[in-house]
Amino acid sequence: MRKKIPDANLNEIATIGKSNNTFLQRYAIVLVWIVIIIAFSILCPETFPTWLNVSMILGSKATLVILSLAVLIPLTAGDFDLSVAAVLVLSNQIIAVLNVHHGVNVWIAIVVALIAGILVGFINGIFVVKMGIDPFIVTLGMQTLVCGVILWISNSQTVNGIDRILVEWTISKRLFGISYIFFYALILTAIVWYFLEFTSAGKKILYAGRGRNVARLSGINVDKVRWLCLIGSGFLSAVAGVSYAGTTGCADPTSGLTFMMPAFAAAYFGSTCIKPGRFNAWGCLIAVYFLGTGVTGFSLLGAPTFIQNIFYGLALIVAVSFSVIVKKKQDSLVKFRNTTKEDTALKK
Amino acid sequence: MPINENNINYDEIKESTLYIKGISKTFGSMKALSNVDIVIKPGEIHGLLGQNGCGKSTLIKVLSGFQPPDEGGRVWVNGQELNFPLSPSAFQDYSMSFVHQDLGLIPDLTVLENLCIGELAISNSMHIDWKAQHKRAEEMFAKYHLKIDPDKAVASLGPVEKAMLAIVRAVNAIEQDSVKGGKGLLVLDEPTVFLPRAEVDTLFRVVRKIAEDGMGIMFVSHDLDEVMELTHEFTVLRDGMNCGTRNTKSVKKTEIIEMILGKSLQAYQIETKKEGYFKHVSVNVKNICGDIVKPSNISVYKGEVLGLTGLVGSGFEEIPYLLFGSADNRNGTLMVEDNVIDIKKFNPGKAVEMGLALTPADRQNAGAIRDLQVDENILMRSLNRFNNWKLDKKAMRSLTSDLVKQYDVFPPNDQMNMGQLSGGNQQKVILAKWLQANPKLLILHEPTQGIDVGARQQIYSYIEKAAQEGVTVICSSSDYEQLEQICDRVLIFVNGQIANELIGSEIKKDIITKLCYDSTAM
Repeated sequence: MRKKIPDANLNEIATIGKSNNTFLQRYAIVLVWIVIIIAFSILCPETFPTWLNVSMILGSKATLVILSLAVLIPLTAGDFDLSVAAVLVLSNQIIAVLNVHHGVNVWIAIVVALIAGILVGFINGIFVVKMGIDPFIVTLGMQTLVCGVILWISNSQTVNGIDRILVEWTISKRLFGISYIFFYALILTAIVWYFLEFTSAGKKILYAGRGRNVARLSGINVDKVRWLCLIGSGFLSAVAGVSYAGTTGCADPTSGLTFMMPAFAAAYFGSTCIKPGRFNAWGCLIAVYFLGTGVTGFSLLGAPTFIQNIFYGLALIVAVSFSVIVKKKQDSLVKFRNTTKEDTALKK
Repeated sequence: MPINENNINYDEIKESTLYIKGISKTFGSMKALSNVDIVIKPGEIHGLLGQNGCGKSTLIKVLSGFQPPDEGGRVWVNGQELNFPLSPSAFQDYSMSFVHQDLGLIPDLTVLENLCIGELAISNSMHIDWKAQHKRAEEMFAKYHLKIDPDKAVASLGPVEKAMLAIVRAVNAIEQDSVKGGKGLLVLDEPTVFLPRAEVDTLFRVVRKIAEDGMGIMFVSHDLDEVMELTHEFTVLRDGMNCGTRNTKSVKKTEIIEMILGKSLQAYQIETKKEGYFKHVSVNVKNICGDIVKPSNISVYKGEVLGLTGLVGSGFEEIPYLLFGSADNRNGTLMVEDNVIDIKKFNPGKAVEMGLALTPADRQNAGAIRDLQVDENILMRSLNRFNNWKLDKKAMRSLTSDLVKQYDVFPPNDQMNMGQLSGGNQQKVILAKWLQANPKLLILHEPTQGIDVGARQQIYSYIEKAAQEGVTVICSSSDYEQLEQICDRVLIFVNGQIANELIGSEIKKDIITKLCYDSTAM
């Protein structure tokens, strides 16, 4: 005897995951961020909720936003690019060395730096795509290699005195009191977002990352996609290097390397919001500023540095775990509902 | 419904390998299992049948301890009552063993290492006597007349050897426990899905011997022929309820289908076309060859459904990937309509552009991306229709929701993750992906492997419809009944070459079987 499904249930089944994620899942991090902002504002009423502080946070983290976008692109294609921070420093160093030691016009130096980034990406691509070597290892090796190049061209010394005009256009000029660099980062995030969401090239990256075999058998040139993604990350890393050069006005041959882990952390943290389960551009931006807000708040409170590290690491682990748990729970409920009552689908 | 103590036959329980009484399982507001009773005696092979979503997998999960049943349900194995909730490895203590579809083998390790996994997992010994283990393994295989080398890596075994290894391992686990008499329940969950037709006999022989030795066997399958050939009794689940247990010899296949679906269904069969019906050759393949296939010629008419088959290793399984440009060592010429293609220089990208479509046998890894949504999967090869630099999301959504309705995908929600759909619905989505792009040539490889009866019929109808609309179809399949039902012509491969051709009403399951084997005498 067949059970008849009440129509209400059918509709319910059909609309589950109309969008796979609830509002809460998508914006939980944003809500927590707001709570943190309120909390710190109460705890440090003189220093935290000031325009100076806000603009400091927004401006100082902009370079990290750009670097996390660099990481995001090959990550979407399923590849790790561990050379991003090294390329950032290389780009910074090239600008400084050319501009300061060789008197080259700073804008031209920037172009050279960007080309260097593209070149590194291209070479990464040769080993990863053409020779089929694990990108983790290739980019790790490239990172070390590039560090060597940096030490060579800089003579292991910090180069000071980059043309002031770069610094001006990066952090001195302000809109609503916030440095231009933040707006460049914002625009870049919007571009990357649009590219990944609204162009077929961007969609192909997602397909290549989530199902390489399927993508290939659907006619997508997976090799070309991965190669271009590595070139893209090389380019954006170089852009981050330009940003860093403008922010600091100099080129330290090693300090920028510490950006690598935070850039990956931001990409992973960002995948828990806006588009949970997917790496996404706006998520990166929010992740960087969420973590930056926390760290700044703690330092204004006078907390010792280790508190900042703990906050950073804990926030990342908790955010990712939370989103995995929620997804699993939702998946099992939905899967069960789907596989029952299939005979309604039979028409004959 | 409370269990009526009077309904429980304690004598029967002592004599049964498996006695399930009143098992229910509720998830939220949905009842996955509803008061299910099943009895399996020692030496009995008991089939478990039902559509996707009928409760088969839930029942297995309850038995294996993965999910606890609702209050009130009781289960006895070998007369010993199960103490719910079971811990994950508890089933071993109750003399139960499970072999799931994915077999649970580690490809990089040897046969011997895989055999010992279970024991090593629970033992604390500081020394493993590999020599003794090796001898024991040889004895185990000899008992079932299997020629499997314990030192071979599992990855190098063929599919039937892998299945045999998994089954022998499972049986051995039960036999080891001599305290309980060395007999128990062996659950085989769709073990034949990935086995080529011809090799299923080996599996049957071994399963029959295991039953003769006194084990009770639960055999879960979609394949009615296998159930009818192998089992003594079977139970059909529908909507979570046991809608009947029957003696296998006493029923006809149509009755079983009725029980499964809850209504009668005519077996699918396309009309035999008159001679000269097909006028125009649309696909011409010359000298195609690969690793197995020797230079062969194939021509197909526009709107024809051509079947390719043979024994495993005969080459018919290689053709789809040679044609599509994804197999290694490919050679030959392919002509589609007026386009001439050098297969050596061909690749999937060009194939897709040229109007070819391919649904691979490996749905999980090569057919659909599980982690992406249905709409993303459907549009994978058609993005360029929507403005490359400014994807028209609205038009895309509109198309995907129409397609999902058109192909009867359940649930009709294009935002669902592919992985949440059943195999049959996934395959419908994959077909939708290719057919909506109006291909010239549709290549299918084992299109209904592991898919239930209802979805299978639907897929046949979509293939027939496509052919009627002028799509040329090539179907590589080891399912002879399927070929009988949907093909206009069938080519039989033997040792890499086309050995025979069957046309129209000549296409009969038994004839195909005979030709696949007979030709080896040539």
